[in-house]
Amino acid sequence: MSTSDALVLDDVSRRFGRRWALARLSYRLPRGRSLLLTGHNGSGKSTLLRLIATATVPTAGRLEVLGMDAVAEREQVRGQVALLSHSSFLYEDLSAHQNLVVLLRLLGREDPGGEAVALLARVGLATRGSHPVRHFSAGMRKRLAIARLLAQRPKLALLDEPFGELDPAGILEMERLVAELRESGTAVVLATHLVEQGLSLCEERLHLVEGRRVEP
Amino acid sequence: MLSTAWILLNKDLLLEWRTRARLNALVFFALATLLLFSFALGPDSTLLARHAGGYLWLALLFASVLSLGESFRVEQENQCLDGLRLVPTDARALFLSKAVGNTLLLLFLALVLLPVMIALYGVTLSLSPLSLLGVLALGCMAISAPGTVYSAIANHARARDVLLPLLLFPLIVPALLAAVKATTLVLQGDPMGQLTSWVGLLSAFNLIYWGLGLALFPRVVED
Amino acid sequence: MEDKRRSLRLGLAVLGVVTLGVGAWMGLFWAPPDREMGDVYRIIYVHVPAMWMSLIACLVNFIASVGYLFKASWKTDSLAESTAEVGLLFGVFGLVLGMLWGKPTWGVYWDWDPRLTSMAVMLVAYMGYLALRRFIEDPEKRAVWSAVLGIIAFMDIPIVWYSVRWWRSLHQVQSTPQTVHPDMTLALRVNAFAFLFLFLAFVWSRYRIAQANRLEELALPDSLPDAAADGGLTRTT
Repeated sequence: MSTSDALVLDDVSRRFGRRWALARLSYRLPRGRSLLLTGHNGSGKSTLLRLIATATVPTAGRLEVLGMDAVAEREQVRGQVALLSHSSFLYEDLSAHQNLVVLLRLLGREDPGGEAVALLARVGLATRGSHPVRHFSAGMRKRLAIARLLAQRPKLALLDEPFGELDPAGILEMERLVAELRESGTAVVLATHLVEQGLSLCEERLHLVEGRRVEP
Repeated sequence: MLSTAWILLNKDLLLEWRTRARLNALVFFALATLLLFSFALGPDSTLLARHAGGYLWLALLFASVLSLGESFRVEQENQCLDGLRLVPTDARALFLSKAVGNTLLLLFLALVLLPVMIALYGVTLSLSPLSLLGVLALGCMAISAPGTVYSAIANHARARDVLLPLLLFPLIVPALLAAVKATTLVLQGDPMGQLTSWVGLLSAFNLIYWGLGLALFPRVVED
Repeated sequence: MEDKRRSLRLGLAVLGVVTLGVGAWMGLFWAPPDREMGDVYRIIYVHVPAMWMSLIACLVNFIASVGYLFKASWKTDSLAESTAEVGLLFGVFGLVLGMLWGKPTWGVYWDWDPRLTSMAVMLVAYMGYLALRRFIEDPEKRAVWSAVLGIIAFMDIPIVWYSVRWWRSLHQVQSTPQTVHPDMTLALRVNAFAFLFLFLAFVWSRYRIAQANRLEELALPDSLPDAAADGGLTRTT
């Protein structure tokens, strides 16, 4: 039954002009399992994550996320899924705290201010809450972006190269956060070059070459 | 949807405040345009007074190209628009917040230009200040609604700085005509009672384009 | 099938040219001179049909744009593209003719006549439409956004018309030729049909060009087996 799977990709293809970023991809991810997505740059990892996040729609094929159709039930999927992308989704001229408060208010939370403070503490940005994001280092931005993801309390977290631009200490931090996410019941789809870290965090693996599934 | 729009509007106003240097630049640009009109068209004071409404709206229109373009540039940095979409956020709320924000910005500019115009062109207010405010508000709304839609589109195309005015200017010709006429009547008096027709036209324009904006904007931002 | 279509297209063009010839004779020689304007009025036999075709083009563009937003299809997108371009062509033609008519009748090429002014505004709007299409590279985005633009621009036509008319009515009253003579009406109808045939022939050809361009842009690499039967021209989502 498809509703018991976290993800169902049925002959999914996505085209950009002449280029097929994903070509006839079929895959099933059972519930409760986390997925490691590997492949070179341009293999289609980011496109796949964006498709699952419903940031874009497939050119052909069907995609089901948590039992819901990614095109017809887009709004519902978005409520359960959160994406950590290459782009940070952060407003440069607002402070870290304000960025989170805007998101939390949009999510309808009762105490956006307090929750934002807690989230900042959790990712180690407690002392930087009132600084504008423009002055943040790459590592700090990544941490704020993760805070943004955690704020959404997703059932499925999509992480596109979360270890990018982090120093070794930062990478350890990130691994810890991802492990925490998993323990709290959130399924994780993780796209990364750091296959070791990925394998330690995920049970399943999907390797892409030029938009197609290939055995790694 | 309205509460979401309110949250987003607050976010935009906060961003405007944080980058208020840009706002200052916009004000100076509009003022400079107004001055340039006087220089270009000569110091004949009766002529200037008679056409003051026209110059005001032209200055606002030129400034709007800058402000409208900016309103979506802030969402492009770091793909914030995607970030909002995926929360999820109702695209119509996004349209409302942007269009209202743009209206407020233009209205602010108009109110800043008004005393300058009165001083420079020697105009007087024949009808009530409330009518003037009403006309200004309606005109700013008329520029903002289609402007917001076009700005969202133009920002993702090449030659965006040229595309936005090219798309916007022919479209708002009716609104411009009505706004200028109505402003002139409010400033110089309305012996033949034409104000209602022009205000009616402006209102109809607003009704249609805010409606179209709400209906079509989701298609513009969705991939 | 392809040959049948081709002969139909050719036939349409030939029909248009022939009817145009007949219409030209009728307009220039057969129809009587106007009571007030003499022979100068005869330009309406090309000016008016050109404007009508331009408006029909705008209408079809609007319908295609709405159609595209309801169900994405490259056919509707190509139809929108071709009608915008051909409509612009006929519109500019009609506008220039209107200006040529203006010189002997009003003494000036341009006197802010409401109809010509509205047409001029709309022509700039549709030039913007074509500019937008040119400046967006992604075919799918291009189709959606120009559809949005097409709808907005078309809805503006009546508003522009009314506002310019009010704007001008404060200054002068418009004069129109009294086209009451039945021979004149007939000549106008013949010319209108001639223009219609030519318009359809142009739109059809331009439509084929648009489809060919889409095919080129979206051509599927040979290695991919999921090329849809029509080369990917029907979107499946």
